[in-house]
Amino acid sequence: MTLSPAVRVQELRKSYGHFTAVDGVSFEIERGETFALLGPNGAGKSTTVEILEGYRERSGGEVEVLGADPRHATLEWKARIGIVLQQTGESGNVTVREQLTHFAALYPNPRPVDEVLSAVGLDDKAKTRIKALSGGQRRRVDVALGVIGRPELLFLDEPTTGFDPEARRQFWELIRSLSREGTTIVLTTHYLDEAAQLSDRAAVIAGGRLIDIGPVGELGTADARVPIVRWRDSGGPRQERTTEPGRFVADLVAREGEVAELEVIRPSLEDIYLGLVEAAETAAGETRGPAGKPDDPIDAISTKGARS
Amino acid sequence: MSAATSTAPAARPARFGLGRTLRLGAARVVYETRVYFRAGDTVFFTFLFPVVLLGIFSVAFQGMGNVGANPDGSGGISQASYYLPGMIAAGILLSGMQNLGVDIAMERGDGTLKRLAGTPLPVMSYFIGKMGQVLVTSVAQVIILMLLAKLAFGVELPSEPEKWLTFLWVYLLGIVTAAVLGIAISRLPRSGKSAAAVIIPPLLILQFISGVYLSFSLLPEWLQTVASVFPLKWIAQGMRAALLPDSFASAEAGGTWDLAGVAIVLGIWLVVGLVVCRLTFRWIRKDS
Repeated sequence: MTLSPAVRVQELRKSYGHFTAVDGVSFEIERGETFALLGPNGAGKSTTVEILEGYRERSGGEVEVLGADPRHATLEWKARIGIVLQQTGESGNVTVREQLTHFAALYPNPRPVDEVLSAVGLDDKAKTRIKALSGGQRRRVDVALGVIGRPELLFLDEPTTGFDPEARRQFWELIRSLSREGTTIVLTTHYLDEAAQLSDRAAVIAGGRLIDIGPVGELGTADARVPIVRWRDSGGPRQERTTEPGRFVADLVAREGEVAELEVIRPSLEDIYLGLVEAAETAAGETRGPAGKPDDPIDAISTKGARS
Repeated sequence: MSAATSTAPAARPARFGLGRTLRLGAARVVYETRVYFRAGDTVFFTFLFPVVLLGIFSVAFQGMGNVGANPDGSGGISQASYYLPGMIAAGILLSGMQNLGVDIAMERGDGTLKRLAGTPLPVMSYFIGKMGQVLVTSVAQVIILMLLAKLAFGVELPSEPEKWLTFLWVYLLGIVTAAVLGIAISRLPRSGKSAAAVIIPPLLILQFISGVYLSFSLLPEWLQTVASVFPLKWIAQGMRAALLPDSFASAEAGGTWDLAGVAIVLGIWLVVGLVVCRLTFRWIRKDS
């Protein structure tokens, strides 16, 4: 048995012409770990994952997946990984069972088809053609095809997009059971609760750079955990971050009297994540000039935060 | 979604040799053929199209009398007999080149190839699957064409073994070449959606100038020269050599069946197609 990490990435770079999609990213994923890659759309997480899967060439840096360079992927290597891609649009003229049976035959040591069917909750759809399934059901077929080969390492690129809350929870159970069997899992997701539920560690990527990595509960700097005071005045919703929320609120009330919609919030994972991304984008905006700054992150915080 | 249990048994020794490639290739043939017949539009435009046209031509032109008849109307062969070789040739082009050209371009567009690229399926098994699907569907197509000709229109199929030998090698060389060229041109469409629009029209024109729907001798000489560059003219000529009476050889451009020419031109296209496939086929466009 080799003791090398499941995934090792050093100074990974990927550029398309003048655009740098991934810019010097380094991390390691241990065997058996569930690892989440977080980041806004276009941050470079799918590019990173597709380089690990062997789908894309890299422009620079070192990558090792299950002890091999994905650039020189062999069939033996492919038999040890499972991939759930972000989007699929196949014609789907086969039934769920036919598709799973066919893909199982491609692997040397597949899981039994019936076991996988029930694991993804599609037993009663086994004889249905894939094109007749709903979006969420098709996504479950994708997941089933990703795990049918009994992979040591499973890549999941936004696996639960289009799932209803119950399906998402069932999917989490499936991922936990795979993890208990020792499968290493690399997950990209937009859903921070998903990352918090499933992953041992997470990395945040923004603007092609890795801006933080660690156990999900420890992401962000001490600054990111600074509480937020929110209220509404005649100008609309306001917010202020302060390490002394009590004093701030006292001053506020002394100055303006009772204010509407007052709340003090300890930043949630989502807030911390958005803070990280905002900081990274502001920094990038400063080096690139104002044109480089995307949507207003303050907006993002206040709308997202309103749910928590 | 209950837990995916079953403790992982010790992995059987995985073999990734030629035997596995062939075994998976055979599995792909079954899978591909099943999918082919479930796609209604493909079945019509590549499988039944020549059959329908043979029926229409045979009925529509029968009033014009036999082809190659004596001045008094006796002798010659029926319109159905005359069109059968052309329709078989068109079927070879459609089942091989058009079918695979559109099919693989669509699979590249809709993510099928990307998914397969992530599995331990050998590229060669994938191609065996495609070639097998083409062969199965094309043989079925030829049989249906011949049955229709014989049963509905009373076409007399040749009885000489040497005619059937000619038929066999022209058919095999033709279908393999057409399939390989189909794989080669599947790179041309920029997206799966444009696949049919990019591939079908040029092949349709080729069918009109290659002596499939229109008698080759009706075309101006320069157009005949153009058509002679492409394989379909030669497949059709080979099929006429196999299925028409030898007296019709004098109606060919050179006054003979020129089977050597058929073998050489198809052979060249086969080699060119194989080289193009080898150089250009990728599971996915890596950096799109």
